[in-house]
Amino acid sequence: MENSAFAIDVRGVTKKFGARTVVNNIAMQVRPGEIYGFLGPNGSGKTTFLRMLCGLLKPDAGDGHCLGLDFRRESGEIKKRVGYMTQKFSFYEDLTIEENLDFIARLYLMPQRKAAVKQSLERLGMTERRQQPAGTLSGGWKQRLALAACLIHEPQLLLLDEPTAGVDPKARRDFWEEIHKLAAEGLTFLITTHYMDEASRCNRLAYIAYGNLLARGTVAEVVKAGGLTTWEVSGENLAALADKIRKLPGVEQVVAFGTTLHVSGRDAEKLQAAVAPFMTEAQRWTKIDSGLEDVFISLMETAKDNFA
Amino acid sequence: MNFNLQRFVAIVLKEFIQMRRDRLTFGMMVGIPMLQLVLFGYAINSNPKHLPTAVYAADNSVFSRTIVWGLRNSSYFDLTREAHGPEEIQNWLAEGKVQFAVTVPVDFSRKLLRGEKPDLLLEADATDPSAVGFAQAAVSQLATTVINRDLTGPLARLQSSAPPFNLVSHQHYNPESISQYNIVPGLMGVMLTMTMIIITGLAITRERERGTMENLLSTPVHPGEVIVGKIVPYIMVGYVQVALVLLAAKFLFDVPFIGSVPLLVALTFLFIVANLAVGITFSTIAKNQLQAVQMAFFFFLPSLLLSGYMFPFRGMPGWAQDLGECLPLTHFLRVVRGILLKGNGLAECAPDLWPIALFVVIMLAIGIKRYRQTLD
Repeated sequence: MENSAFAIDVRGVTKKFGARTVVNNIAMQVRPGEIYGFLGPNGSGKTTFLRMLCGLLKPDAGDGHCLGLDFRRESGEIKKRVGYMTQKFSFYEDLTIEENLDFIARLYLMPQRKAAVKQSLERLGMTERRQQPAGTLSGGWKQRLALAACLIHEPQLLLLDEPTAGVDPKARRDFWEEIHKLAAEGLTFLITTHYMDEASRCNRLAYIAYGNLLARGTVAEVVKAGGLTTWEVSGENLAALADKIRKLPGVEQVVAFGTTLHVSGRDAEKLQAAVAPFMTEAQRWTKIDSGLEDVFISLMETAKDNFA
Repeated sequence: MNFNLQRFVAIVLKEFIQMRRDRLTFGMMVGIPMLQLVLFGYAINSNPKHLPTAVYAADNSVFSRTIVWGLRNSSYFDLTREAHGPEEIQNWLAEGKVQFAVTVPVDFSRKLLRGEKPDLLLEADATDPSAVGFAQAAVSQLATTVINRDLTGPLARLQSSAPPFNLVSHQHYNPESISQYNIVPGLMGVMLTMTMIIITGLAITRERERGTMENLLSTPVHPGEVIVGKIVPYIMVGYVQVALVLLAAKFLFDVPFIGSVPLLVALTFLFIVANLAVGITFSTIAKNQLQAVQMAFFFFLPSLLLSGYMFPFRGMPGWAQDLGECLPLTHFLRVVRGILLKGNGLAECAPDLWPIALFVVIMLAIGIKRYRQTLD
């Protein structure tokens, strides 16, 4: 059955809603046990792509395998082996935590259902609160419940759609620790996110904008492929400076990062020539390694020109 | 992808838990039948009696007194006012103080005795025709029978001669024209239509609206399991409603149970399924719960009006009858009334069963086709 060394190995995946192409000819390869980050601005087609992988949407084109199964024809089998965590909490708020887990376990025809639910509750640390309606949980706990419910049927692949949106930093950190633990046990993850710190916790990532895949690889590879030179400026009157240099040739983006300014461009020499006159005493200029965020913003800006 | 009993049970259990938790819907399922029973059973009467009536006896004679006495004795009229002139009668009718006014003209007895067939004027406020129909019929009967009694001795020749034939009329199945006998059994069909369609309509759209559908679709569950799993709990609810109506019919309204109740209960199954199929199909079309309810009413209204529940089926024009024949409620009403009031058996019900069955097949086919296993 395993005719592919990859957990996900698809290419040419395309989805149109009417005349609008939401996912355009995307290929993706994810290795087993890998945490694969999937990034891109809102409405870029990430959710649509995940939904196609788990059989919720029918792709218009593309082929390939998901866990060794034909992802277009064997979605029934794929569903049994994949856990999908939706962006919005999508369990029953009027059912208790235990009832939700039990319901999901039943749908997957778990042979040791009661034991699986019990184990899942223990793992969640919710054994005492199992009678609590899911609707009364806080955001962080809802997210943990959703993860537990996705895991109950022991899937091989987890598709998580913005799992940490609206979750506080502590809960987010715990969540990622859990994910790394599970990945170490051999589970494969495909996670969409907007957070750069989360992106850098992934083994590899892909960046998608307006349905097109713009970059992929490890964090270092993506940054390198971005080919961006970045200067960090600190000092006073940064806002005024930003306005002055934004329009200069060679300056592709000027972004405020806290109390500093990141000035980037793909042509290092042209950039330096442009900003040289502004390197005065008032501000301190340092050449830094471009960050993931610099690269993504640059990719997004370029993509806007090309596709939007 | 074949039907799996365990997954089906999972859906049924989940629906039961949600049903129990959702107090409002649960209340609606029991509350609507109770409310309808009280309203339709006690309040609505298509054969109204004790209608307020005014009398203007311009001719104060034995005969006019006999007529007034006769009216008073008929249960249709309450002689609430006595007028002293024709203007008063017109005013009372216009103001709605009386439904009827009887005028005995000045020379009534004189003309009667001469055999000149005098007029007796009955005026009715006929803005609501159904309210006056039966009462009017009662007056014409009264006029002949009551007056004949006073025409004795030498006046006997004035007695209205008997018609050349005897009209013998038997009102079968409901000789006393008791509205409840017609309404209460029919109510069973009406409330099943209303609650079954609304509740199931909500059941699937709620999943979609709350986003839980996305989750459900990502599991290996089969559309048949979801649809049947959602229908089964509400079949039970339907039977609770049926039991409520039947008990009320028997003990509160004394509706005769001439036919077989087990047969009725068995045939009701088909009708419940028909309504659930409509609800499920609507919910696959509706985008949210509000739309589902609107569609349910869109179906409910013609069912109520064209099925023969509120108005006589045969009184409708041909096209309306044709429309009515397409609705399951029309056929179910005939089945219920047939079994309870006429004592019909399966053979007599059969002509009304296959249209319901056909309806179920068509509706379920649309429903399952429309139930999207993907989110497209």
